[in-house]
Amino acid sequence: MGPVAAATARDTFDDRPEGQAGRYSEWLRARRDLKKRYQSLYCALRERCDIAEHGGAKRRRRSTDLRCWITRCACTGIPGENENVEPKVEIRHLSKRFGQITAVDDVSFCVGRGEVLGFLGPNGAGKSTTMKMITGFLAPDSGSVIVGGDDIALAPVAVKARIGYLPEGAPLYADMTPLAFLNFVAEIRGFRGEAKRARIEQTVQRVNLEEVLNQPIATLSKGFKRRVGLAQAIFHDPEVLILDEPTDGLDPNQKHEVRALIRSMAQAKVIILSTHILEEVEAVCTRAIIIARGKVVCDSTPAELEARSRLHNAITLAVKGDGAHEAAQSLRDLSGVEAVEALGHIDGIARYQIYPKAGELLAATVSQVARERGWEIVQLTVERGRLDEVFRAVTTGESASSEGGM
Amino acid sequence: MANIWVIFKRELASYFMTPIAYVFIVIFVFLSGIFAFYMGNFFARGQADLEPFFGFHPWLYLFLIPALAMRLWAEERKTGTIELLLTLPISIPQAVVAKYLAAWVFSGIALAFTFPIWWTVNFLGDPDNGVIVASYVGSMLMAGAFLAIGACVSSLTKNQVIAFVITAVVCLIFVLSGYPLVLDFFSGWAPQFLVETISSFSFLSHFNAIAKGVIDLRDFVYFVSLIAFWLFANAVLIELKKAD
Repeated sequence: MGPVAAATARDTFDDRPEGQAGRYSEWLRARRDLKKRYQSLYCALRERCDIAEHGGAKRRRRSTDLRCWITRCACTGIPGENENVEPKVEIRHLSKRFGQITAVDDVSFCVGRGEVLGFLGPNGAGKSTTMKMITGFLAPDSGSVIVGGDDIALAPVAVKARIGYLPEGAPLYADMTPLAFLNFVAEIRGFRGEAKRARIEQTVQRVNLEEVLNQPIATLSKGFKRRVGLAQAIFHDPEVLILDEPTDGLDPNQKHEVRALIRSMAQAKVIILSTHILEEVEAVCTRAIIIARGKVVCDSTPAELEARSRLHNAITLAVKGDGAHEAAQSLRDLSGVEAVEALGHIDGIARYQIYPKAGELLAATVSQVARERGWEIVQLTVERGRLDEVFRAVTTGESASSEGGM
Repeated sequence: MANIWVIFKRELASYFMTPIAYVFIVIFVFLSGIFAFYMGNFFARGQADLEPFFGFHPWLYLFLIPALAMRLWAEERKTGTIELLLTLPISIPQAVVAKYLAAWVFSGIALAFTFPIWWTVNFLGDPDNGVIVASYVGSMLMAGAFLAIGACVSSLTKNQVIAFVITAVVCLIFVLSGYPLVLDFFSGWAPQFLVETISSFSFLSHFNAIAKGVIDLRDFVYFVSLIAFWLFANAVLIELKKAD
């Protein structure tokens, strides 16, 4: 389906009459139509991938390959139009064993510019190992990492120059001051003289390090140390930013600052960050990969993840008034309701959780029923779904829900 | 080359940011003086040369240089900064050479602080300064060889104490390889040429040859190739085991 369509696209462009001004608008229109068609094709393909992932290992492998192709299309616009623009980071069948333990097992994915990829998984799932392989610190047993078109095994220095990396726990030279440290990083990254000074100043401002510039790093608080680590990673304005647990151990305000910083850079870069804080995925990521026991078990957007939750589009209703305690049955009778769960009642207020059938939206119906029966609505909320529930389900191998689409 | 210079500067500066530099220099100068004046009978010999001073250098280096070298890679491993360093756009040989050179130049600085003894001997008598210069060169080369061994051993472990002890033992073997202590171990069963080869690996014989005032190409090549070999091994080990 895909390759054929790609070929068609190229044919269309090749047939375009060269140099005939009158036909140009026609060509533009054709191009617009094609783009629209690819948009829907892209969505359809993603759906296919999701279905294929429930199949065997071979189908899964094929589906990751397909995903890479799709990402490439999404990055470059129409395939065949600009083949030089590769996805920035491409991971192909990466595996790593430590003795008997397989830390990373055939992981493949692609990330394009503008994506913020959240790398999720329980501790020991292989997140850090994968990141160490992407940054070239660890050599994979098999598979390859391609950043901006270069294989890291063949051109390590060129690839490392494109990457900014915050290792887990943000290790730093504790004897140095942030200023001396950034000076070192600047020179390694090839900045000299005035350019160096300007860049240091800019980076220091960006992460708010002014007040501690001349204190030894060993004496700094955890938040400041993390900022020094981030400053080092974003210093050369890298195309690819890899952050291993950037907010781990920070207080809520500091977490907020780091997330704001990440969001502010998201447009122009490829950002891969690992975390086990699920709210962070919602807050900053455009895409989430869940990894468990070294394997990719899920690759979708945070919204799609939420949609897998049993609670997705469920309604939490709190009512009081006559007959409110016996509301469960009448709610259950509504079309589109899968199940109703009574959450108990306190002070005359009865609370229910109403689960919809797949694809149904219940808010309007439920509030209408409540009004008809004369219940006073204390609370009516539509749940978005809970990431932690989905996370637990996919990483422990249980099914997230009976419905939920995937 | 630029990268080597940048890492070299950082490493050398890091010695002086901690008390390591000052403790090392003071102890080195103090001990080399003590050894020369008391154990070497500097005055009683009645000769205007620095032989008693340089004669103790191999033994001084035996425990001071491993102390200097133990932190080179073990500390980077322990604190995790090795991950930071090796994900910067530099190659591993560059990092190995830069770190080594910084340590070597630092030991050179410590050696330079022994200048009062040179000044003393010139004040008291009329020594052959050519021999003294040669001895300093020999001392530097020997320190470099000790350091290369120490850097390589340091790259194997996170633990600086282990790095220190193993380096000291390996260096001791190299120092003593011309002595019966080591040779007897081999002479019972090994062929003659092997025993002679081992004997020719002795730091002492090469250093003493240079300290006599003759910088023979063979002695020079010996130290330089020894340094090159251990640094090469260092780079290979880092490449293989950097993430362990």
